[in-house]
Amino acid sequence: MFGVLMITLLLTIALVGSNMDIILKQGIVYQVRAEITENPAIAKSFATVEEFDKFVQVQIDQRIETLGLDNPWYSPQRIGFTMYKILILDFGNATFLTSDSGSSNVGDILLEKIPRTVLLFTTATIIISIIGIFLGALAGSKVGSVIDRITSMFAVVSSSFPVWWIGMLMIFLFAFTYHIFPARATPSILPTEPDYIIALLYHMTLPLITIVMIGFGAWAYLVRNFMVGTLQEDFITAKKAIGIDKKKIIYKHALKNAAPPIVTILALSLSGSLGGAIITEAVFDWPGMGRLYFEAISVMDLPIIIGATYVLTVLFLISILVADLLYGYFDPRVKTQ
Amino acid sequence: MSSVSSSEIKREFVKSKIGLIGIGILASLIILSMIAIITIPIDTFKQWNNPGSWISYPKTSVPAWVNYFTTEKIPEHLIMDKPIVITKEDVISLASHQFGIQYHYDDFPSDFIYEFNAEYSGSQLLQISVIRPDQSQILLLSRSLPHSDTKVVHHERIFSTDNSIKKNIQIHFSEMDFYNQNTASEDMIFADRDGKVLKGDYIFLVNIYGVDKKVSIIDSKLIIGGKAYGMMGTDELRRDLAVGLLWGTPLALFIGISVAIGSVTAGLIYGVYSGFKGKKTDEAMMRFNDVIYALPALPFLIILAVTISNSIFLLVGFLMIFGWVGVAKVSRSMALQIKTRQYVEASQMMGQKNSKIVFKHIIPQLLPYAFASIAISVPAAITTEAGISFLGLGDPTFPTWGQILHDANTYGAAARGLWWWIAPPGIMIAITGLAFVFIGNALDAIVNPKLRK
Repeated sequence: MFGVLMITLLLTIALVGSNMDIILKQGIVYQVRAEITENPAIAKSFATVEEFDKFVQVQIDQRIETLGLDNPWYSPQRIGFTMYKILILDFGNATFLTSDSGSSNVGDILLEKIPRTVLLFTTATIIISIIGIFLGALAGSKVGSVIDRITSMFAVVSSSFPVWWIGMLMIFLFAFTYHIFPARATPSILPTEPDYIIALLYHMTLPLITIVMIGFGAWAYLVRNFMVGTLQEDFITAKKAIGIDKKKIIYKHALKNAAPPIVTILALSLSGSLGGAIITEAVFDWPGMGRLYFEAISVMDLPIIIGATYVLTVLFLISILVADLLYGYFDPRVKTQ
Repeated sequence: MSSVSSSEIKREFVKSKIGLIGIGILASLIILSMIAIITIPIDTFKQWNNPGSWISYPKTSVPAWVNYFTTEKIPEHLIMDKPIVITKEDVISLASHQFGIQYHYDDFPSDFIYEFNAEYSGSQLLQISVIRPDQSQILLLSRSLPHSDTKVVHHERIFSTDNSIKKNIQIHFSEMDFYNQNTASEDMIFADRDGKVLKGDYIFLVNIYGVDKKVSIIDSKLIIGGKAYGMMGTDELRRDLAVGLLWGTPLALFIGISVAIGSVTAGLIYGVYSGFKGKKTDEAMMRFNDVIYALPALPFLIILAVTISNSIFLLVGFLMIFGWVGVAKVSRSMALQIKTRQYVEASQMMGQKNSKIVFKHIIPQLLPYAFASIAISVPAAITTEAGISFLGLGDPTFPTWGQILHDANTYGAAARGLWWWIAPPGIMIAITGLAFVFIGNALDAIVNPKLRK
């Protein structure tokens, strides 16, 4: 598991490293030239153009060396150093981006963004799964009924719509045509003010509704399929024959037996909700991890890309682990191994 | 897993309503792509991101069919390039182009532009006049073309904001006493005495006179600027959205189907081989599978698109990298079951080659499952590509639906109420996805009999 994490990070560095170096080197050249133009005395102190150019080149080389950029990004020292830093959870400082409070420490930036993403997407995932489980159980217990057909149909139709497109439509309808919700999800007041929480929740409504609307259909369909499978088992028929209340059979016995796969999917989708949010956050302008990730990639801010990838991968691996443990709890048959 | 023969699948599939609907939608999408490829030349489509080639189109205009649903008729954007041509060759030669317009809209046009290419020599006089429904004739412009002793091709665009047009209109309407200083030329031409729109037939006459020398107008185009255009309207950069939407269909189908076939085939072979080999090979292959599975797909796709290339063909490859993992896992576990069947063991004992056993005995058993997963993974590929394009990382030489939505978002289409720019691309994405989901579900229900009741 740890190996997986390291390979993921190495891949990230490999993909971004070379571009990152070019950008940093260009930045240094630009910086040196800007300093010289600001101070005309330096240029005047040289007799020939060649001498002056040489001086500039020396300056640039010195700075590149102090930053360690003279080795290529794939040199063992640099990769080793980066990996060592990551191991001790020191992500360093971001190159371009800063947090809202002005800190450029990657840890600070991530800590600021993660709660917002958790607030929106984890809330949405939980609501989706609750609606989905109950709707799915209901539909699964009455196969072929109207509610089953509607659920299945809705699941199929909603899963083929991109969430962000529905988001655009929702903004168009509820923010600009009917002026019910704000279009941008970032609250306009500062985080220090007392009304901030209320403003944040108000701004959260539209994205939340959108995500839930698109998400719960697929969940309900999944749960329904598990339920259909479980309800065909012999022990359910036996329970029915004894005369136990149908509701009790569905929610207590059948749902519990369908639980293992459901819990696995829930754990995976909880962690997946943190990473898959890039486009949705871009549409709603939600200041969370997804937008941070996209901004970092578009300006090639390597420390942040590594930090965010690290967090996402760790969360994903933890949730796989948790899902495995829970599976054993709900389905004792796999415990013996 | 029970194996299902192909004829059985066909028979079951014809019975499933949802599958037939899916096939129907898919067929119409394919027809649409054919229409796009045949009717719209690829050059028009390649010019999508070149603002120069869309100059004669209107800006953010609604689809023309909106007029059927409104009482106030929005003026349609008219591009007329097939005038009635009359030529006279006498002492004074004349080339005359006449454009007839039935103007029955409730608002004034936003402007008009006359564009022409004329081949002539000597001195030529250009006259533009308009005959209004009330039979009055207004001279708009009378101007000589630049003198030339040799034969030249002269290209000119005359705009409604032209000063001499304004002056001529002032002279004409002042005689009739209802000239208003602040009204634009195009409003005056199409207005009645009360300042309302005068509906009826207008004729624009373009005459070029020459003495002894012939003139030929190579092409001439009159554009009456309006706020409604075509089937799908236009966007902020004057692009005809119908072109983008139509050409998006073959692109989306290409992306979706090639990614799905590629990743399912790769996953199937990988999984079956891993399951068949077993032991250490299996272990190593499955660990590699886990690594890919744990990679955050979308962030990596974005990094790849930014750092390597945003070419559409490479993107298809990148999508395949993340698509095969799930299929590999399922087909491995299926292969583990099939491996223990007697006919496989028998052929192993007969000394058949491993590759032959895998391709002849195991994979055919998994084909129904493979087809279902191909159909199911198409929509995901299409929406992922659309998502990446929406972030502005799409291939600019192949505008997809996602890129149209990206442009819509950058130009604030939602805030400005430009619904015809936002809704159709998304609906197309959804319909395409739906077709494959329907087909996939129908196949899935046949392959997994447990879902049937």
